Amino acid sequence: MSATSYTIVNLPDQRTATLPKRNYLNNEDGLLSWLFTGDHKRIAILYLISITFFFFIGGAFAGLIRLELLTPQPDLVASDTYNKFFSMHGIVMIFLFLVPSVPATLGNFLIPIMIGAKDLAFPKVNLLSWYLYWIGGLFTLAALVLGGVDTGWTFTTPLSTHYLNTHVVTAATGVFIIGFSSIFTGLNFIVTIHRMRAPGMTWFRMPLFCWSNYAASILMVLGTPVLAITLVLVALERLVGIGVFDPTKGGDPLLFQHLFWFYSHPAVYIMILPGMGVISEVISTFSRKRVFGYTAVAFSSVAIALFGFFVWAHHMFIMGVSNYSALVFSLLTMLVAVPSAIKIFNWAFTLQKGSITFETPMLYAFGFLGLFTIGGMTGVFLGALGMDIHLTETYFIVAHFHFVMVGGMLMAFLAGIHFWWPKMTGRMYPESLSKLAAVTTFIGFNLTFLPQFILGYLGMPRRYHAYPPEFQVLNVLSTAGATVLGVGYMLPLLYLAWSLKYGAIAGNNPWQATGLEWQIQSPPLTENFIEIPIVDHEAYDYEWLAHKTAQEVTTVG
Amino acid sequence: MDNAIVAAHTHETAVAAEHEHIVLPQHRHHFETQEQQREAATFGMWLFLLTEIMFFGGLFFAYLLYRNWYHDAFVVSSNQLSIPLGAANTAILVTSGFFMALGVWAAEVKKQGLLVLFLVLTTFFGVAFLGIKAVEYHEKWEKHHIPGAHFNVSEFVNPPVNPKTGKLTETPLSPDMAQKTQVFFFLYFAMTGMHAFHMILGIGLLFWLTWRANRGEFSAGYVAPIENFGLYWHFVDIVWLFLFPLLYLINRHPGY
Repeated sequence: MSATSYTIVNLPDQRTATLPKRNYLNNEDGLLSWLFTGDHKRIAILYLISITFFFFIGGAFAGLIRLELLTPQPDLVASDTYNKFFSMHGIVMIFLFLVPSVPATLGNFLIPIMIGAKDLAFPKVNLLSWYLYWIGGLFTLAALVLGGVDTGWTFTTPLSTHYLNTHVVTAATGVFIIGFSSIFTGLNFIVTIHRMRAPGMTWFRMPLFCWSNYAASILMVLGTPVLAITLVLVALERLVGIGVFDPTKGGDPLLFQHLFWFYSHPAVYIMILPGMGVISEVISTFSRKRVFGYTAVAFSSVAIALFGFFVWAHHMFIMGVSNYSALVFSLLTMLVAVPSAIKIFNWAFTLQKGSITFETPMLYAFGFLGLFTIGGMTGVFLGALGMDIHLTETYFIVAHFHFVMVGGMLMAFLAGIHFWWPKMTGRMYPESLSKLAAVTTFIGFNLTFLPQFILGYLGMPRRYHAYPPEFQVLNVLSTAGATVLGVGYMLPLLYLAWSLKYGAIAGNNPWQATGLEWQIQSPPLTENFIEIPIVDHEAYDYEWLAHKTAQEVTTVG
Repeated sequence: MDNAIVAAHTHETAVAAEHEHIVLPQHRHHFETQEQQREAATFGMWLFLLTEIMFFGGLFFAYLLYRNWYHDAFVVSSNQLSIPLGAANTAILVTSGFFMALGVWAAEVKKQGLLVLFLVLTTFFGVAFLGIKAVEYHEKWEKHHIPGAHFNVSEFVNPPVNPKTGKLTETPLSPDMAQKTQVFFFLYFAMTGMHAFHMILGIGLLFWLTWRANRGEFSAGYVAPIENFGLYWHFVDIVWLFLFPLLYLINRHPGY
């Protein structure tokens, strides 16, 4: 076997290759042309820079948390400082990184191209959503700089409304505003996918990435307003001193839990669904096969979105909801595992008998498959009523949602960033270094979070900064893993920045992928297509691609 | 079909020749056709209204919960609201919505003068609604029924005697339950306040739309902003049509 058969990378001859003279990056110059842009691709880049900034802020807090937990004694920081650390870690990572991560960057960049449109339906609303993101981000940073907030990301009442004297209102205002940024992104996607598909691009010809973002958008549009009104009520209760949630004044803290989790449970599907879309694209491309059970995978996204709205009370099993509702919510929670499993099995069958190659995005996708499966399965443990009472509010739950959010979503995000980096920038990232990063991330991740399952099972509660000495070994392992993980995340930041100038020229379709985005130049033109394409083939049709490539004369520029 | 797609991004006159109507200056070039643009805008507006329903939904949910829990307190506090003022406001808001609907019609038939007139009338009735709401709020202020430090429950513990009949005007509440009237008034202010906030935003938009309508922007076939604002305005009306019975009307009893 020759070395080339291990890879499908198909780069133009580097001695003669050039980047296209005109593209969305150099179409206009100057900072203002970026700050007032309506181009979905430029807004995606703005978002990418912004969420990377906030990711490293949230990551710094994660590092501080793990550092404090290195020893059983509370020795690095005081208790309330530690509370502020994990609160800020949660708020930044969830609202400023995970929720917008794939939709606002890759989704913004790709959805119009994938369906053959020139832009999203409302470019100005899209830009507005980025500004709202930053205004909300600045409020969050202000809460941090002014002295922090220590409610946890959940703003639990009456703690947040009655007992604390920290910057709850500032942080809540920040989250409220970021919420509208998310609503506008979701609204834009839904309208674009409904109304702006190219001729011939039927619903069932769309790439699965569009389906999963569509499902996530439904959740954003329906769920986020409920969070908004809940935060308004929390702020009013704090400012005016009314009892909606405060039991001493006749309010019901459980009402807060219902309203909060009505958004915040669907929010985890907002975070994971777009990542699942990325995985569908990556696995199909690097197996050279159509995604197995395309229709089932498409509908499972919508099913997750629908079921996702009816499981919220599983966050409240120990909070005094009635036995009957706990039973129903436990059953519904387990039902969500069905569409998730449909996806996992279909990806596995896509791999079966495929011509699999192990490019970096594929490594991340494999990481996703394993880690998300563990994260999902432990979710079923937690959905079971008896187990939940033992495991809830312990490190088991911390490990569970980090497997889904970090092991799942962050892996998917990095898979997507690597996969579409050639399209976004026109240049390749360094292949071997990026493979090293993917492996480092996987090892670091497992080292960090596998011990936490055991810690939680043994009964170590979350959100405490001291623990009995017998837990130290596992905590040291976890902290060591976090260090490796930190290196794994720093590497892409460095080599992706390097590749902007020195990376190999990628050409239009380095992966020989089938999506419409790969049939146009990289980086694309400002309005994507010279002429709106007429779609006459299914998604992931590699024969169509082979036929097309055989006939076309490759031109660059 | 293929022709139409290519034509949309060729020269303006070519399109005009083919479709026998002029490309509007408001046509955004990333849409293939004006029809597509109009549909997208309307669809976007409906989705936005859906988020608004969910937003108000949280408040309605809280109201229903506490109405069940503190039924007596809610009934007594509900009696404090003035049905004549509320009914008048309902009539005023429906009138305002009626003129908004006429405004959409005027834009569609391209009558600039009528459109401006109807938008002004819509604004006028909207402001009248807020005026009456302010009168009601002021009354609550005088009676110390605004939740917070100055909230006064004495009227609910010791209801005044009706001089004609010599009987109490209300069922007296236990001091504990009387405190819960504060929850009612908080929800009353939160719900009507949120509604009023949407009205104020809407009136701001109305001024802007009236100014643009006066310049003739909506009388040449480009009616999407008027249409979509109409949807918003009717939505705000509908929210009030739920608030009025929930807060003012249900389970009232005449007292003794």
